[in-house]
Amino acid sequence: MPYFPAGPRRSRIGADDVKAPDFDYCRPESMADALALLSLHADDAAIIAGGQSLLPILNFRLAAPELLIDIGRLDELKQVTEDDEFVEIGALVSHCDLADSPLVGRELPLLHQAIDHIAHPAVRHRGTIGGSLAMADPAAELGACCLALDGAFSIVSVRGQRWVAAADFFKGVYETALQPDEILTAIRLPKPAPGTISIFEEVARRRGDFAMAGLALVAAPNNLRIALLGVADRPVLVEQTMTLLTNNPTAVDEAVALIGTEVDPLDDPTYPPAYRRHLVQVLLRRALSRLPQ
Amino acid sequence: MSIGASVPRDRAKRLLLGRGQFVDDIQLPRMVHLAFVRSPYAHARIEAIGTAEAMALPGVIAVYTADDLEAAVSSWRPEHKLFPTMAAPEQFALAKGTARWQGEAVAAVIAESRAQAEDGAEQVAVTWHELPAVTDANAALAPDAPILHDDMTSNLAFTTEVVAGDVAVAFGQAAHVVEEHFRFHRHSGVSLEPRGIIAEFEPGESRLTVHQSHQTPHQQQDLYARLMGLPEHKVRVICPDVGGAFGLKHHLMADELVACVAARLSGRPVKFIADRLESFLADIHCRDHEVHARMAFSAIGEILGIEVDDLFNAGAYGQYPRTSIAEGNQITRLTGAPYRHEHYRAGLRMAFLNKSILGHIRSVGHPIACAVTERLVDMGATELKLDPIEIRRMNYLADDDFPRTSSGGVDFENLSFNGCLDKAVEMFDVPAFRAEQANLRNEGIYRGIGIATFVELTAIGPEYYGEGGQHISAQETCLLRLEGSGTVRCYTGVTDQGQGIDTGIQQVVADVMGVPLADIEVISGDSALCPVGGGSWGSRGAALGGEAAMRAARTLRGNILNIAASQLQKDPGDLTIDQGVVIDAASGTSHMAVSEIGRIGHFQPYNIPDGISADLTVVERYGSRDRMFLAGNGLQIATVEVDIDTGIVTPLRHLVVHDCGRILNPLLVREQVRGGVVQGIGAALYEELRYDEDGHLLTGSFADYLVPMAGEMPDIEVAHIETPTKTSELGAKGAGEAGTAGAVGSILNAVNDAIAPLEASIAVTPITPPRLLKALGRI
Amino acid sequence: MSTKHRRISLTVNGEAVAREVPVRLNLVDFLRHDLGFTGSHVGCEQGACGACTVVLDGQTVRGCLVLAVQADGCAVVTIEGGVDDDLREMFYTLNALQCGFCTPGMLLSSAELLRANPNPSREDIREYLSGNFCRCTGYQAIVDAVFTVAEARRS
Repeated sequence: MPYFPAGPRRSRIGADDVKAPDFDYCRPESMADALALLSLHADDAAIIAGGQSLLPILNFRLAAPELLIDIGRLDELKQVTEDDEFVEIGALVSHCDLADSPLVGRELPLLHQAIDHIAHPAVRHRGTIGGSLAMADPAAELGACCLALDGAFSIVSVRGQRWVAAADFFKGVYETALQPDEILTAIRLPKPAPGTISIFEEVARRRGDFAMAGLALVAAPNNLRIALLGVADRPVLVEQTMTLLTNNPTAVDEAVALIGTEVDPLDDPTYPPAYRRHLVQVLLRRALSRLPQ
Repeated sequence: MSIGASVPRDRAKRLLLGRGQFVDDIQLPRMVHLAFVRSPYAHARIEAIGTAEAMALPGVIAVYTADDLEAAVSSWRPEHKLFPTMAAPEQFALAKGTARWQGEAVAAVIAESRAQAEDGAEQVAVTWHELPAVTDANAALAPDAPILHDDMTSNLAFTTEVVAGDVAVAFGQAAHVVEEHFRFHRHSGVSLEPRGIIAEFEPGESRLTVHQSHQTPHQQQDLYARLMGLPEHKVRVICPDVGGAFGLKHHLMADELVACVAARLSGRPVKFIADRLESFLADIHCRDHEVHARMAFSAIGEILGIEVDDLFNAGAYGQYPRTSIAEGNQITRLTGAPYRHEHYRAGLRMAFLNKSILGHIRSVGHPIACAVTERLVDMGATELKLDPIEIRRMNYLADDDFPRTSSGGVDFENLSFNGCLDKAVEMFDVPAFRAEQANLRNEGIYRGIGIATFVELTAIGPEYYGEGGQHISAQETCLLRLEGSGTVRCYTGVTDQGQGIDTGIQQVVADVMGVPLADIEVISGDSALCPVGGGSWGSRGAALGGEAAMRAARTLRGNILNIAASQLQKDPGDLTIDQGVVIDAASGTSHMAVSEIGRIGHFQPYNIPDGISADLTVVERYGSRDRMFLAGNGLQIATVEVDIDTGIVTPLRHLVVHDCGRILNPLLVREQVRGGVVQGIGAALYEELRYDEDGHLLTGSFADYLVPMAGEMPDIEVAHIETPTKTSELGAKGAGEAGTAGAVGSILNAVNDAIAPLEASIAVTPITPPRLLKALGRI
Repeated sequence: MSTKHRRISLTVNGEAVAREVPVRLNLVDFLRHDLGFTGSHVGCEQGACGACTVVLDGQTVRGCLVLAVQADGCAVVTIEGGVDDDLREMFYTLNALQCGFCTPGMLLSSAELLRANPNPSREDIREYLSGNFCRCTGYQAIVDAVFTVAEARRS
């Protein structure tokens, strides 16, 4: 549930802030203009779209960009399209529009399951998939989904476009492969093979809260992928467990034992690593029990 | 009759239109905004404060430190003469020399906007020397602990013991003894509207006018006048709409006082609105007890004795003006209260430590006393293989046990434990739940049921603070004014933060006077306009404010009838008022409208004969005598489902049977009780002000400090039985503590019932998933 | 370091508004302090409590998580701009509010739910309102009010 970045989750005391620091603002009319501006101000600028992750950070003065570049009205980034192989989701598609998309529901039901867990309606209206991914909160739902679905991200700058696999995109807590002059513009997700089953599970204290742990599972006929959220500094694939279950789908107990050894949750005084590791095992067992035998 | 009817609130209409007026909605000409520099350390010496850079910023008007305020405001010590041995360290409006908790204000910046004030606060350069901090009472009371206050020789703030009978005898004779070590962690009131204040100083007449989100305007008037050296009649405190209070807005808060002083020093109106982080850091906190308790039973399950020791983790200072003592005292006084037992010993040790001040939040101490008692009773039932309901019936104080002074030393007038239990089991089919519970356990689903019986101390009497030396009114006064048109203005000293006491008082006045509800407006929350009163805290509005209103309404009614009788050449005793019309009491014949009396009384007074009581503005007061509290009671039944894999506890059905004496307005009381239950569920499952070992708050936002939201809360059934107090004519007792008092105990018992088959138990709140899985031995 | 400003034009509760605003000003502060629409409240400034809920181009948003400049050219509706009378009336009748601080957010969110789902279960209502914090009520009267309005509209 990526609407509280970890910044505000940590108490920052001293000067006590709730009003954003001063910055400048512009709303370029085109992606080209946005990229040009960003390239000019790369180190001092921040991209804002829905603002659902960035604004809490600014309100608490955990970041102090000199310039906000608002790409929120670039309609070309608000489309969901498909071809034979892929579904492509523009970075500015809101959580709410994603949830309303019949195409996503048909081809990528995992995303629909996951969106139910993201924050609350008023946040889902503004929050975008691109914003969530670029923020890279380790407890965010959509990053893990993109990993499980083996997606790739379109990244552009004045230097051109490049595609980065989801598995290479997340670098750490709030860290991604994005360079300061780059913008995430689209997410390309391969259409799962016929017969693929996808399952999203997470455990949160209350509806819409950050998950203490979550699991996205995509079981194609000959390939099973599992990504976890909330249990490391980034969303992670559990490759050993995936291999085990791909080769032997009935090895449930073995997989549950293995997945517990495959994650190394961050230290957290409220939810200690042992607890999150345990949750991952619970979630895997629950997910596997939902697969048709 | 209007009393006892479910009447919606007038004030709600305005709030529903978005036309409430909360402090932050008020803007005054040339108003400036205040932001604080707060200590980042739990304990640190302030070596220097550099303000030049902050002063140079655009919009910044002034930066104040303790030195700047010294001549303008006094310090204070929270003393209570009933507890003369309690330590009362001196506190200053801004930390002077040493900061003693993370979040204590050390400098104040005023600027043209809040954002600019924060810009300034960022640039105030404080040179700190960090000192070792103590963050829990055990560490604070260790022999080599760093001592917070220079004039103390240890961090022990207070210690006391309450003894009745001889517990050694009881435990010596006991057939069964159960014992538990409890930990109730720290949380707070968390009103949705944070604390806020606007202070305006008029230098010509030395007049301080304060708009404040507060429960007790007259108390604040007295405090600001005394601390700032102003004549009290030149200080006016207005409490507009208040966005929830729950006890956290009935204290002197140092930062709010700074706003008043800053207004005087700067000559500009100053607004301070606490943000959420500083609310968590610097609001009054509550609970934070480590309790060891045991209960002795006879072979058949009679409670023979109770022993309880409370280690109370207070804050860096005592709460002012009330002091922090009651949170601990209620535990020593109320543990075991519903039960007949002769042998009792309760010990209290209260320690100062490096966290925000801890004090009175809704249901002060009650939830702890209730949870400890009721958990021990359930443990006794398990030990004795008795049904939890039967063991309670066997031990409850019966109706004919009252009046009674409890083992804890509290006077109980008339409590209805058996009546509440009878009603509860009538509403809740416990055997059916037990059957379903057994079936579900076979499917790996763990549900539990928990009962918690509670006593609710309300409407505190005058002696407690009067003898304590605090200027806290424990009586209430009501002023009624008949307008020329026959409508009524009612000025009361109690205040309304949403609980609806305005409406309750309106109902009382309507009934007693015989005028329509719509013809009465209740005006409260203004220390200059309203008669001196105590405001609203400790569930006193209906019991004290209601009774005062009843008396004033009776007097005004009498005067109206005197005037009417004089015009009609009749005996006032033969007349009455109904629906705003003076009628013949016997025949019901209409004589004249109350509006006629208003007209004559105000505009043709020469037509009223001399020598009759004919005032159309009347004032009456009510203060109960010779008792500390009015006690109510009730019980809650909680059911929960425990996910033994994730540790998540889901509240299911929740039931409250409550006796608060005569009920003025069931619609309002029911939802207030539910709100209290939800706060109690918050304490039981979610809410915790968690600190690291250096005293740094880890839960300073709504992402970490979890409050109960609609999605997880159950529907809550509320029923009442009414045992009116005989100490007043109205018969109302307070109602605001009940929900919170019993919810923690009922949830704790329900969770323990759910996990009992797994031979596990838990005695820590909030019951977080990791704590529960640890108790279950699963992590 | 002088605060950066931009000129914005928008409609608020149907009225055209044009103002010069600090870029860093958020929408709810703009509505409250620049325009005097104080019905929306501020409770956390991190999007968690729902007190600042307003309707932006037809959808509820957190007023603290939108910059005023981002609302340039948009249509904003606050509680002062109106909410279904039957809903407001039922909140009154069932006392689905105490202090009233969360109430504007609760009303706007509830109205949106009923537009999208005229037949919500109590569970649906609790879920939809799960981002709006109320500290006074037990939420039950609020759920009752929304549920009762939905029932009444169907009959």
